[in-house]
Amino acid sequence: MTGASPGDEQHAQAERLLQVWKIPTGWRYWSAVNNEAVGLWYIATSFFFFLFAGVLALLMRTQLAVPENELLSADLYGQTFTVHGSVMMFLFAIPMFEAIAVLLLPQMLGARDLPFPRLSAFGFWCFVLGGIFLCGSIFFDAAPRGGWFMYPPLTSGYQPGIGADIWLLGFSFIEVAAIAGAVEIVVGVLKCRPPGMRIHLMPLYAWYALVASAMVLFAFPPLIVGSLLLEVERAFGWPFFDPAGGGDPLLWQHLFWLFGHPEVYVIFLPSVALVAMIVPTFARRPILGYGWIVLSAIGTGFLSFGLWVHHMYTTGLPGISLGLFSAASTAVAIPTGVQFFCFLATLLMGRVTRSTPMLFVFGSLAIFVLGGLTGVMVALAPFDFQAHDTFFVVAHLHYALIGGAVFPIIAGFYYYFPLVSGKMLSDRLGKLAFWLMFIGFNVGFLPMHFTGLRGMPRRVYTYPAGLGFDGLNLVSTIGTFILGAGVAVLVWDLVRPRSRQPPAPRDPWSAGTLEWVQEMPGKPWGIRSIPQVDSRYPLWDQPNLVHDIDAGRFYLPDAEEGLRETLVTSAVDARPVLCQRLPGSSFLALAAALTTGGFFIFGTFHWWRPAVASLGAALAVILFWLWTGTARRPEKDEKDVGSGLKLPLYASGPASIGWWGMFITMLADLTAFVSLVFGYFFFWTIHDEFPPTPNPGPGVFWPGAAAAALLTSWGATVLARRWNRRDRAFGCHAALLGGAGVATAGGAALIAGPVVTGLDPASHAYPATVWLLVLWTATHVAIGVVMQLYCCARRLVGHMTAQHDADIHNVVLYWHFTILTVVITVAVIAGFPLLA
Amino acid sequence: MGNNVNRGWAAIGALVAGTSALVGCSGPQSTLDPAGRGAARIAELFWGMTAGAVAIWAAMIGLALYTVARRRTEPSPRAPALLIVGGGVVLPIVVLTGLLAWGLAALPPLLAASDSDRTIVVTGEQFWWRVRYLVPGGEAVELANELRLPVGEAVELQLESRDVIHSFWVPALGGKVDMIPGRRTRLTLEPTRTGVFRGVCAEYCGTSHARMAFAVVVSDEQEFARWLAQQAEPARPATEPLAVRGQELFVRSGCGACHTVRGTVADGVIAPNLTHVGGRLSVGAGLLASEPDGFQHWIAAPERLKPGSAMPSFAMLPADDLQALAAYLEGLE
Repeated sequence: MTGASPGDEQHAQAERLLQVWKIPTGWRYWSAVNNEAVGLWYIATSFFFFLFAGVLALLMRTQLAVPENELLSADLYGQTFTVHGSVMMFLFAIPMFEAIAVLLLPQMLGARDLPFPRLSAFGFWCFVLGGIFLCGSIFFDAAPRGGWFMYPPLTSGYQPGIGADIWLLGFSFIEVAAIAGAVEIVVGVLKCRPPGMRIHLMPLYAWYALVASAMVLFAFPPLIVGSLLLEVERAFGWPFFDPAGGGDPLLWQHLFWLFGHPEVYVIFLPSVALVAMIVPTFARRPILGYGWIVLSAIGTGFLSFGLWVHHMYTTGLPGISLGLFSAASTAVAIPTGVQFFCFLATLLMGRVTRSTPMLFVFGSLAIFVLGGLTGVMVALAPFDFQAHDTFFVVAHLHYALIGGAVFPIIAGFYYYFPLVSGKMLSDRLGKLAFWLMFIGFNVGFLPMHFTGLRGMPRRVYTYPAGLGFDGLNLVSTIGTFILGAGVAVLVWDLVRPRSRQPPAPRDPWSAGTLEWVQEMPGKPWGIRSIPQVDSRYPLWDQPNLVHDIDAGRFYLPDAEEGLRETLVTSAVDARPVLCQRLPGSSFLALAAALTTGGFFIFGTFHWWRPAVASLGAALAVILFWLWTGTARRPEKDEKDVGSGLKLPLYASGPASIGWWGMFITMLADLTAFVSLVFGYFFFWTIHDEFPPTPNPGPGVFWPGAAAAALLTSWGATVLARRWNRRDRAFGCHAALLGGAGVATAGGAALIAGPVVTGLDPASHAYPATVWLLVLWTATHVAIGVVMQLYCCARRLVGHMTAQHDADIHNVVLYWHFTILTVVITVAVIAGFPLLA
Repeated sequence: MGNNVNRGWAAIGALVAGTSALVGCSGPQSTLDPAGRGAARIAELFWGMTAGAVAIWAAMIGLALYTVARRRTEPSPRAPALLIVGGGVVLPIVVLTGLLAWGLAALPPLLAASDSDRTIVVTGEQFWWRVRYLVPGGEAVELANELRLPVGEAVELQLESRDVIHSFWVPALGGKVDMIPGRRTRLTLEPTRTGVFRGVCAEYCGTSHARMAFAVVVSDEQEFARWLAQQAEPARPATEPLAVRGQELFVRSGCGACHTVRGTVADGVIAPNLTHVGGRLSVGAGLLASEPDGFQHWIAAPERLKPGSAMPSFAMLPADDLQALAAYLEGLE
């Protein structure tokens, strides 16, 4: 540094940073893992799926324009509405939330990237692959046709063909990716904030993203388990939903809506989050009621898990359930209302500047409030008896989702587009798109309330003339085409060539939040140096902030070792605790997605051999990825990250982000397991005798032996960590290898239970459930064994040492969760029959 | 934007007015033209809630527009707290508590079992309705795709399914209840005026879900009793020559393997009971009028009229055979 002027030094730093964070070009572009690249692909792809499902919607509206229309056959119509609903939910709404978060969160948090960039890329590639598989199926007349809700027995015993399998396996694959994204976002929000950005200073978007991601972790597992049960019933005849075999179709409905209702809020909250970012900017003042909004978002998240039964009001439930769930369902209007009144209060106390993003925000408000109010109406069980499964509900849910998600997302497009491209979208086209969409939407969907009340059920491919549906349907169709024209204008504005358009000024809206420090156009490093933040609106409140960031006066202004780095801070106070090295561009994520996808896609066609081979390949790729890309020993223990702050370069246990990633993933995994156990006890409640007598097994001996062996293995793993810390290499290796051996025996003993007692899973829901619990647990044990051996190997080659023990910390954490799974499984399958 | 906003709202206003004109409430399948106690109670709920919803919507949108239109007048510093706590917490709690009290009060009467000793079992099948009147002490009377009820009497329907989930819904009489395989659900209907109403399946049940309708005929007590007694009779043998030939064809073509015509050799149980099919209002579960033409069309092309239906096509029969079959069936009154 001596001799060079400060300007030269800054320039050299910037060059090194650019070099390190460079997004590859040419065909290697697709190996990029930078959040700017992955986020953009993710948004573009989910928007493409939105357009695809929108075209399907227009097809359906054309079919329904006149009575007895023959444009679409009944069967094709079934595929169309199934794919429309499923794509909008799983390939647009949820991925769009994660996509926007991947793109924007690091900018908002002044982080260089999210904590697991390759995981984001993996999630994206899984999503693309699964999405193409699903959408493509309709061109081969092979699409799912049981509705996006996939109720058995229609989808189990009455729809041969691979449509339902495509749905079950394809979406499970995508849901796993969505969970990976959620883990990324939770850890990103909690651990990758800039120093000083205490949790109550976070931008509201980060709060909403945190809540929505946490909801994904608990809402998706029940559906994954439901899909597993339904697929196993379809493929192997295990009767989970077939009453002839002791199953019950309602179990699916519980599992589906345990996912399905929270999912609505997973879509809604992150979209409202965009409103919460936009409103203060155009009100020219900080948001009012920040604490109220955060509490409401959390409250909405919690409440949304207690509402699922309102999708099942007409299944013949007792009055007490109907009353309780009616009350809970209407109550969710309160936190929702609080959020909107906070926005209105902010606008009222500020000076509102008119802009295209605000236009969409107001449109969103007008539409969503109506959807919310009709939501309160259908939340009331007596009214739902009439409205359920009619066009009234179609109108309600489109008001709620288009007003609550699509309009805010488009507002977000107009607001954040400069961050992506360095250019503004057109105000003129934006206004045109808005009015076409707003008028078209209302013309299209307002009449549907009446269509439904006049008695038209949902999901009908046609209707007889003269029942009072004709005129209303024609108006609806005209409206949706106007809406489509508005979307077309928006698309044109997004993709039109803009090489002659001048770049947007930096912070074009004079916003106050950190993402707007970005230069126009942005640099791949995310932020030039990571600032100290002490305000919710640092750009408004911290003088000279932009200048100091650009001059590299804050943290990590350099990449002297040529490695990607970001800061890890403590979860609540955002004290810097670690300088985290991040992995760079790699095709590993794509390879992992292709091989994992192969398992699901081959499985769909029941091509078991390629499926298993693909799974093996996926395991190998993932192990290689972990081996080469995670928990790497740094060349030195700590480094100066700027401003005289020295931070460690390696951490294990709760201080490391990997441990948090594992912890959060395992929470989702445990939720899935609990859903499975829920299935067992659900069967117990509907059967007079469960397990059915004579008690067929699996007895006490084998499960008991398995529990003993697996507890031993768990203990050995914990000991191995301790001995590793004390650098007792032999003890560590012995414990790991011994643990792996005992665990293998334990897993085998677990499977021996149902085998020895001759439980036939295809005969009844009881043996089927026992078998699935056993297989679930045994799979976890098998993965645990791989992990034990992995640690052994890592220690052998010196990647893991007494000081550098992140691997075994994470493996022990995994085993904590697994032993919990084992204990519960054994208690349920061996212990419960003794009591029941 | 102000002008645009105003124009936009004007357009919405016109739209609402236009739509209402388009709508009206009457119709054989309308929830807002109630002919049953349950439907009437729910329609009342709907109108009340709609009035409230419109008022709340207008107030919120008015407030939002005010924030944009406001010029110079500085709002009171207490306004935000008032808005957030008043509008976001207090107001919804008060409104929702009132709504729940009022709305849930409707629930017990809607769910109450009837004290009538008449029980009707309705079974949903892809894509038609099996209807059985259980007469105390007597033999069950089975028919299909038509339900007749006496006016002014609360009758309990027991709902079942033989294949997938269906949902039994007569909008003019009351709410819907699902028909779930392996379970038996219940619905009490109490018609308050006579007439013919239309019922449909409300839960997606497969390809021809849209083609699963039925007629509900509400008549006075005497007429209902006369009808039920007539339904309990076996079919009268055909007398007219064309119909006699139709009856022979019916047997010869194997129709009796699936259909029952009581009083004849036809005793199949998997398809609709046709004993008095000629007296019903429709053919093919609400699809066609119960006239010779309707029968002919249905027999010749069930797959085209109702994709996925289990009824095989008899298009290979010559036209005069089809005519004869239709005449026979039409005559089964």
